[in-house]
Amino acid sequence: MNLRNLSFRMERKGATLILENGIRFEGWSFGYDGPCDGEVVFSTAMVGYPESLTDPSYSGQILCVTYPLIGNYGVPDDGVDEWGISKNFESEKIHVRGLVISDCSFEYSHWNAVKSLDQWLREQKIPGIYGIDTRELTKILRENGSMLGMIVPEGVSKSFPVPDPNMENQVAVVSCKEVIRYGKGEKKVVMVDCGVKHNILRCFVNRGIEIVRVPWDYDFNTLDYDGLFISNGPGNPEFCDVTVANIRKAMETGKPIFGICMGNQLLCRAAGAKTYKLKYGHRSHNQPVRMVGTNRCFITSQNHGFAVDNSTLPQEWEPLFINMNDGTNEGIRHRSKPFFSAQFHPEASSGPTDTEFLFDEFISKL
Amino acid sequence: MIDSNIKKVVVLGSGALKIGEAGEFDYSGSQALKALKEEGIETILINPNIATVQTSEQVADKIYFLPVTPYFVEKVILKERPQGILLAFGGQTALNCGVELYKSGVLERNSVKVLGTPVQAIIDTEDRELFVEKLDQIDVKTIKSHAAETLQQAKDAAAALGYPVIIRAAYALGGLGSGFCDNEQELEQTCEKAFSFSPQVLVEKSLKGWKEIEYEVVRDRYDNCITVCNMENFDPLGIHTGESIVVAPSQTLTNEEYHYLRELAIKIVRHIGIVGECNVQYAFNPDAMDYRVIEVNARLSRSSALASKATGYPLAFVAAKLGLGYGLFDLKNSVTKETPAFFEPALDYIVCKIPRWDLSKFHGVSRKIGSSMKSVGEVMSIGRSFEEAIQKGLRMIGQGAHGFVGNKELKVEDIDEALREPTDKRIFVVSKAMNAGYSIDQIHSLTRIDRWFLEKLERIVLTYKKMQEYSDCAGMPLDLLRQAKMQGFSDFQIARAVYRDMAIEEAQTIVRQYRKEHGIVPVVKQIDTLAAEFPAATNYLYLTYNGTGNDVRYENDNKSVIVLGSGAYRIGSSVEFDWCSVNALQTIRNEGYRGVMINYNPETVSTDYDMCDRLYFDELTFERVMDIYELEQPHGVIVSVGGQIPNNLALRLDQSGVRILGTKASCIDKAEDRHKFSSIVDALGIDQPKWKELTTLDDINSFIDEVGYPVLVRPSYVLSGAAMNVCYNEEELRKFLSLAAEVSKKHPVVVSEFMQRCKEIEFDAVADGGEVIAYAISEHIEFAGVHSGDATIQFPPQKLYVETVRRIKKIAKKIASALEISGPFNIQFLAKDNAIKVIECNLRASRSFPFVSKVLKINLIELATKVMLGLKPAAPRKSAFDLDYVGIKASQFSFSRLQQADPVLGVDMASTGEVGCIGDEFNEALLKSILSVGYSIPEKNVLVSSGDALNKADLLGACRLLVEKGYRLFATGGSYKYLLENGVQAERVLWPSEENDPETAGKYASALKMLQDREIDLVVNVPKNFTPVELQNGYKIRRAAVDFNIPLITNARLATAFIRAFTSMKMDDIQIKSWDQY
Repeated sequence: MNLRNLSFRMERKGATLILENGIRFEGWSFGYDGPCDGEVVFSTAMVGYPESLTDPSYSGQILCVTYPLIGNYGVPDDGVDEWGISKNFESEKIHVRGLVISDCSFEYSHWNAVKSLDQWLREQKIPGIYGIDTRELTKILRENGSMLGMIVPEGVSKSFPVPDPNMENQVAVVSCKEVIRYGKGEKKVVMVDCGVKHNILRCFVNRGIEIVRVPWDYDFNTLDYDGLFISNGPGNPEFCDVTVANIRKAMETGKPIFGICMGNQLLCRAAGAKTYKLKYGHRSHNQPVRMVGTNRCFITSQNHGFAVDNSTLPQEWEPLFINMNDGTNEGIRHRSKPFFSAQFHPEASSGPTDTEFLFDEFISKL
Repeated sequence: MIDSNIKKVVVLGSGALKIGEAGEFDYSGSQALKALKEEGIETILINPNIATVQTSEQVADKIYFLPVTPYFVEKVILKERPQGILLAFGGQTALNCGVELYKSGVLERNSVKVLGTPVQAIIDTEDRELFVEKLDQIDVKTIKSHAAETLQQAKDAAAALGYPVIIRAAYALGGLGSGFCDNEQELEQTCEKAFSFSPQVLVEKSLKGWKEIEYEVVRDRYDNCITVCNMENFDPLGIHTGESIVVAPSQTLTNEEYHYLRELAIKIVRHIGIVGECNVQYAFNPDAMDYRVIEVNARLSRSSALASKATGYPLAFVAAKLGLGYGLFDLKNSVTKETPAFFEPALDYIVCKIPRWDLSKFHGVSRKIGSSMKSVGEVMSIGRSFEEAIQKGLRMIGQGAHGFVGNKELKVEDIDEALREPTDKRIFVVSKAMNAGYSIDQIHSLTRIDRWFLEKLERIVLTYKKMQEYSDCAGMPLDLLRQAKMQGFSDFQIARAVYRDMAIEEAQTIVRQYRKEHGIVPVVKQIDTLAAEFPAATNYLYLTYNGTGNDVRYENDNKSVIVLGSGAYRIGSSVEFDWCSVNALQTIRNEGYRGVMINYNPETVSTDYDMCDRLYFDELTFERVMDIYELEQPHGVIVSVGGQIPNNLALRLDQSGVRILGTKASCIDKAEDRHKFSSIVDALGIDQPKWKELTTLDDINSFIDEVGYPVLVRPSYVLSGAAMNVCYNEEELRKFLSLAAEVSKKHPVVVSEFMQRCKEIEFDAVADGGEVIAYAISEHIEFAGVHSGDATIQFPPQKLYVETVRRIKKIAKKIASALEISGPFNIQFLAKDNAIKVIECNLRASRSFPFVSKVLKINLIELATKVMLGLKPAAPRKSAFDLDYVGIKASQFSFSRLQQADPVLGVDMASTGEVGCIGDEFNEALLKSILSVGYSIPEKNVLVSSGDALNKADLLGACRLLVEKGYRLFATGGSYKYLLENGVQAERVLWPSEENDPETAGKYASALKMLQDREIDLVVNVPKNFTPVELQNGYKIRRAAVDFNIPLITNARLATAFIRAFTSMKMDDIQIKSWDQY
């Protein structure tokens, strides 16, 4: 039996995760051998690291995964389908700035995998750190709120201050730069790309909808369409006033509108409600939501740091879903017009698929 | 919301522990009862398992120690007039009973509403054909099975599907009577057996090598669904999930796969219409996105108990509430107390379940594991890496392993074959193969275990080898030491790798010292259901080296009392010690201390985080107990309520400065060490069977010249007679000694004279400062020689001389005083006439503590715990002489699951569980208890082989009674002759060996044939002697009785008692009285 080289921690390079409040976690470097910084957030999802890492909503963030064993089933290939939609990922590239985990599987096992997580991170120049007590880190983030941090490999010096990604318009960073069309069908939906996940594209295209994907600041009111979809996306919705103005204009036409995540926040802002930053956000696969006024409850996948303030919703709007853990807003609807949105991710990927029916609801209104 | 008409509810328990149905149902039943009580509903529990926690005061309002059969449940319903019944909390026993009551209209006639999943949904999941049909309706793929009612039909189906196929018996407990068949010959064998359990067998295509994945699903009546947990089997399909190592959550599934199967599970559960809890088992293709649904259990199961412990989500409690009509959104997450029960736990650790087998306890049993369950218990280990969890778990199963590596060399003749044909040692064969240089691919292709698991295991091997390059800790990189601990290495394993020439205990101490000096210590983590997302003040804890922060802030006020639990259920140690642990915890908490539990058995109530102030779901090893002791800084530790595991730790803990409450560790050692104990007994002038320590063969020979055969051989540290045997001649002795010496090198093996035809008597008691303050004397029905765990026990004793009792009390007092006992203890005596000999003394609670406590209605554990806390409780005034009723404890055997095992009883324990029933007089109590362990009163034909002359004489009266009552007796040669000579009418049948003898063949009916044709209702087969020829003949009869599901009794005294009981009274004479009515 040959003793594999990378088996022993003492033979690996050390790395440190440093938080802006000075707390340090010592671990080992994997993936790209270089430093990174960003907002440190945690997710309690137990599966789906390829999906999470490529989710544009993580733009600007260092992701701490609370589930300790990561990399088990490797990483699938980056092929695309006939429309150019990624088969296995949620976008064209990794969007997190760094990955923080406890135990890394350098060896992986899955028929669908072509490389290890370690190799993928190296290729995409994303630093990782393992050997971290992710539970302890999560407790700190929970108590102090999300904060800035950096991953610094041994032999590199890097110090605070670092730029706060929440002060930048992350949506502008991840949105497409030009109009892209997908799918074929009788109905046409304009998709405002604030950092759209590819599974949303799949959810529409598989249902026979033609999609016109437009940049976040594109004035889609010039286009001819049957319905408007506002996608998920990273960061603070306050940067997207252009989009909000466009949505307001679209609302006047009365055509159906559906928003997800950032889309929920932007629709709310267009309606006149306010958004605020949550202490540490919702990032998991197990967020319970209840459809207001019913006994129907759903387990949802979530990834957001900002939320809608229910109390600021104007008269003609009402909450559609409420988070059963903390009572925060999980979606809104217009009392008379076909406008609704969800704060969670009905397209899942990663996460539970309980609420995918919302796509059907929207399409039935077109 | 909830149905307010439901004021009284009957809950069905699962009866005695058996293979496939064990302590998990005590846990789920207890949770259900708690949920009902919280609603102010009166609870009526039917469960003859007297050693359980659920059959305790304050858990249920009324308890019936009666068989869970339609006959008795109907009687209780008629008496109690409940509005509702819960069927899903007592395993397959309760479910089958409930289905029968439903089909016969008993429930409807008495307006008893089934709470939770409707019975029709249960039937839809239990009947394979209906099940497949049901899932076909929603295009869910099942393993298509072809029902066959004859062998020919089965053959045709198999030919159509193509071999390999699997045969299953319909309506059977956990795979009973099922098996894989590679060809027609194997099909014939398996079918024959399967048909004996069920008129219908199912032939299915085998999916050997696929992954096995389970989801635990909860649904409320509003159609809200959650999956609380998924689990992945380490062993691929083909090995029963009860026989497999299981991890939670799944490790090798991608997000797409995980949620694909989750969505399917929810779709299935909605379509079937479950209300409550249910599990869905899948076969999953390892090479493509393809699945089959294996089965759906519409009830709480072993997996659901595991899922509850793995996640902290109380499935049984929630299921009971949903059965009452609540929605999931109405209920709270019982860990956070704030967030709702409608959520799916996020784990930030991995759990590993490992089965525990006790196959060495059985003669002739095959050690191969496969599609039917043989394991008797399980452990759950928790870690933050797979390596950590599995190494912990392998220590926890308590079969001498120190982890995945660093164990005693396993002897394997052919590694390839051992990998291909899994046995109970499979995981250690993998270890051996890795050490022998097998590649991951080779092992994978032979075992089909996923490469991911194998890669992780190989890392353990690599770390061990790396450590072997060093000869002391100081020379080793700290990171290597740290990595070893993160991979779950114990100090022992590290010591063995590094200090190869040093005494292991000394080396272990050095390792511990060194790593503590360098800050390599474990941290405590909470299981909080939400992966730290929400603050949770949970007391459900484990230790890990994969972390830097502690979740617990300790009070350091010396107000904690640690109770060491009993570990994995095994033959000789099961739910009774869980009852003891739970009662000790309750007493500790009632007395104002913090109750702290250490245990790792997911099938228990003591590992319910509601039961204590802090639960460490962790190892009961010296190392881990010390880790926890150092963190807790407790008032003291109780080692005497969890059976032998904590008892064995006492001395070392004491030497390391641990404060042990109650009897001193040195005294425990005096009782445990035969040599020391014997000298004490001698010094006190108490008689004991002659014995000698074994050193050389000459010694033995001269000793046996003195006492004569048979002799009893055993090592000094004994749990339920492990490696204990009776030897009838020199050859047997020599053969056995080589095995016994292997069990324990450190403690000498002793040979003692084996007393025949003696009474065996149990003395269970509590002493304070060496003075007995409460006791219970009980008497075995069988003569000594049947292990006390297998014997049928009567309390109070019915046939002891007053003088015998007096002498026993005197002796016990002397021993209690000599050993300065403070706490629970048990002494076993032999009595012949009034001559008394002591055979064993345990300074801990014994197996019979719950039984005698509940019959006597004095909680001996509560009393003992008060003693150990130094509270000087007053001696209870009541004595067994005041009882105007009788309790009988009977044993449950699981031979039907253990193919080829000889169902004969001996000094080694073989039963997997027990019941205890109370009656107004002996016969009634006996009948209740015998019926409770699965026997039925024979209708017509009884087959007798009555053993040697003395046994023949013992049985004569009973045989005469049978004939008088109109039974037809069939007897083998010698017994036939004896019966005839004594004027008892019988018909001769042939032994298997006589069938081909031209003198007898054809003249008389064949005993085996009669069994196969089910012409016999009861078999009494007493082994004549233990010579191979005799055993062989009797073996075939006994095995046939077991395989064809015909009641079998192998002991003349028990057979006589049973026959007297059922000939003296009718079923109708059996009183339906609850415990409180005695």
